[in-house]
Amino acid sequence: MQIIKDKKIIDDTWSYIAEDAEPKGGDISVSLARWKKDKQQLLKSSGKLGVRIRPADSVEEIAADLEHIQLVELDFPSFADGRLFSHAWLLRSRYNYQGEIRATGHYMPDQVYYLSRVGVNAFNPEKAEHLPLVLSHLNDFTVNYQSSVN
Amino acid sequence: MYQYNEVDQTLVNERVAQFRRQTEQFLKGEMSDDQFRALRLRNGLYIQTHAPMLRIAGPYGLLNSKQFRKLAHIARTYDKNYCHFTTRQNIQFNWPKLEEVPDILAELASVQMHAIQTSGSCMRNTTSDHLAGVCIDEIEDPRPYCEIIRQWTTLHPEFDYLPRKFKIAVSGALHDRAATQFHDIGLHLVKNDAGEVGFKVFVGGGLGRTPIIGQVIRPFLEKKHLLSYLEAILRIYNLHGRRDNMYKARIKILVKESGLEQFTEAVEKEWLMIRAGRELSADRIAAMIAQFSPPAYEKHAAQDTSFAERQLQDKAFATWVKYNTAEHRVPGYRAVFLSLKAPGSPPGDMSDTQLDAVADLADQYSFGEIRITHRQNLIFADVKQADLFPLWQKLDTLKLATPNIGTVTDMICCPGLDFCSLANAGSIGVAREINEALDDIDYIHDIGDLKINMSGCMNGCAHQSVGHIGILGVDKKGAEWYQLTLGGSSENEAAIGERLGPAVAKDQVTKAITTILDVYIKQRLDDESFLEMVNRVGITPFKEQVYADY
Ligand code: HEM
Ligand code: SF4
Repeated sequence: MQIIKDKKIIDDTWSYIAEDAEPKGGDISVSLARWKKDKQQLLKSSGKLGVRIRPADSVEEIAADLEHIQLVELDFPSFADGRLFSHAWLLRSRYNYQGEIRATGHYMPDQVYYLSRVGVNAFNPEKAEHLPLVLSHLNDFTVNYQSSVN
Repeated sequence: MYQYNEVDQTLVNERVAQFRRQTEQFLKGEMSDDQFRALRLRNGLYIQTHAPMLRIAGPYGLLNSKQFRKLAHIARTYDKNYCHFTTRQNIQFNWPKLEEVPDILAELASVQMHAIQTSGSCMRNTTSDHLAGVCIDEIEDPRPYCEIIRQWTTLHPEFDYLPRKFKIAVSGALHDRAATQFHDIGLHLVKNDAGEVGFKVFVGGGLGRTPIIGQVIRPFLEKKHLLSYLEAILRIYNLHGRRDNMYKARIKILVKESGLEQFTEAVEKEWLMIRAGRELSADRIAAMIAQFSPPAYEKHAAQDTSFAERQLQDKAFATWVKYNTAEHRVPGYRAVFLSLKAPGSPPGDMSDTQLDAVADLADQYSFGEIRITHRQNLIFADVKQADLFPLWQKLDTLKLATPNIGTVTDMICCPGLDFCSLANAGSIGVAREINEALDDIDYIHDIGDLKINMSGCMNGCAHQSVGHIGILGVDKKGAEWYQLTLGGSSENEAAIGERLGPAVAKDQVTKAITTILDVYIKQRLDDESFLEMVNRVGITPFKEQVYADY
């Protein structure tokens, strides 16, 4: 599978481990609930670790763990749920998170410019054929009125 | 007024290009209805009963003559030769074609206008006092802060997908003419004990289904912290506002459900973490104030004697001056209201020829500027008193001089069943009927200050819940009925109207209104206004008469 990271189309190395599935090797991400439950065990695994955040989650709950986390996935149940925009902002601006923040799930290519401004640097589009579209929409505007993460 | 710089212009141009591309994708079937809906709403485009409706931003109600000519051109070229001015100081076109909307937006961009965020669950056009900068009770001109807020809210990356729409209003005068206590955030410029001017911040007000009066979240906010405080409120709302039920998604419900104290605590905590480094610099504020510097008033305007003479000679002129002009802080000048409530024409509508003519008159008499009021009228803010007589004559021929500002026929009225798919009942027709029943201008003047607001459904677009008399269309087994309320107000003593009794049938509304007015005329004390009387006696005397035959 391919995604966009830092404005380039790349092959994705991560796999998401469902709630009841056994962790496997390589780079894996898990839900926040699972992270809280299995953190100690996960920290022993060899690959990199990620956490998938849903809108109702609080990113404060992983704030103390961010040094162990290389990927935060923002999982959109619907493009209209704007909470994830604030989660991204909080991760970057309040908790100084430097790793990858990736948008996934049901968001629109037309939202990626805003997402990039609040600190999202990777995009897994709903439809694979939208990769070029997402890439071009990252440049929808050349000017901004307000400061944000970017 | 504010003039776009290169950044402003680039931003609106890029927005037009973006929307053109989105519309093309939609028309080619490459985008779902749902997605396009969210995107078009953020460009002011609704799909209505008959056709799309396009809402254009009137930034805090301030426009110039060039922009008016553009509106006239759009009305002629893309619509049915008219437009509508709204209670949020915006402009609406009722008949654009979807595929032409990108062209309309490009036309608007060429005169420094746009339709960005005029609908959808995002931060909307910031509104303000229509007499800003010229009224006699001003602490400070709110417009520079409105423009600062306009820029901050426009395409804000974090807060464009809020639980629900979000409206900010700013007032700089003692008398609140901007209904700030009925906005998601209301800002009052106030002076503190040390003599510094800052903002009193209200939160959680709103109209619609659940009208709520805003509460004070911060009695005094230093100006430099304006944007960080707004950001703190918006972040708390974005993260914690309800998204499970759209009728409970406004910030007013969050404030109510968490309690003002807890909500305030959350906002202040957030604010303390972000405010450092986010201050508005004194230079930035000063530069913005300079954008709104007063026009070149004539020094000796007050020496003119013709104005007093004309009023003595011509009673109709004197009456118009009394009702349709307001005192100005500069001697020899007055602010002039153009009434969009002529008998027989839909409240707030204007034709392309009127728009063009008004643009010319603005150039001739009021430094080329025109303002939109909350009650759907227009204002020339800076007219020399010697010019009032010729201006009045010209406005009269344009049917824009009905001397009814602030009176019972200066109704606010939503489009209702005629244009709106959500309506339960018609409103324009009822307004016309009431207007026809009140055809005696002396009687109207005798009644004096009385605000009737009428909406065709619970959404309350015409602010019926804060009308001195409110009329709300309800559906009763498929028939149009009307719920009346008395005693609402959106001004300093904000109040939500009280229900008079059961809804009345359509053919009884006008009679109910004239009965209410008769009760007032008979029972008022000397100088008592309608609202004062309702506050003194309550609704019972009115109720007894209106329902006497039931
Ligand atoms: C023609 C079609 C229109 C439709 C479908 C429409 C729809 C709506 C809806 C659904 C709401 C409720 C939002 C809520 O409760 O959060 C609303 C509120 C509102 N509308 Fe309209 N509207 C229309 C026209 C207008 C017009 C012409 C005006 C101005 C005269 C207007 C001014 C407002 C205002 C000021 C509110 C906000 C009340 C508040 O603060 O909650 N609308 N509208
Ligand atoms: S109040 Fe109701 S009927 Fe009137 S415009 Fe608003 S949504 Fe439509």
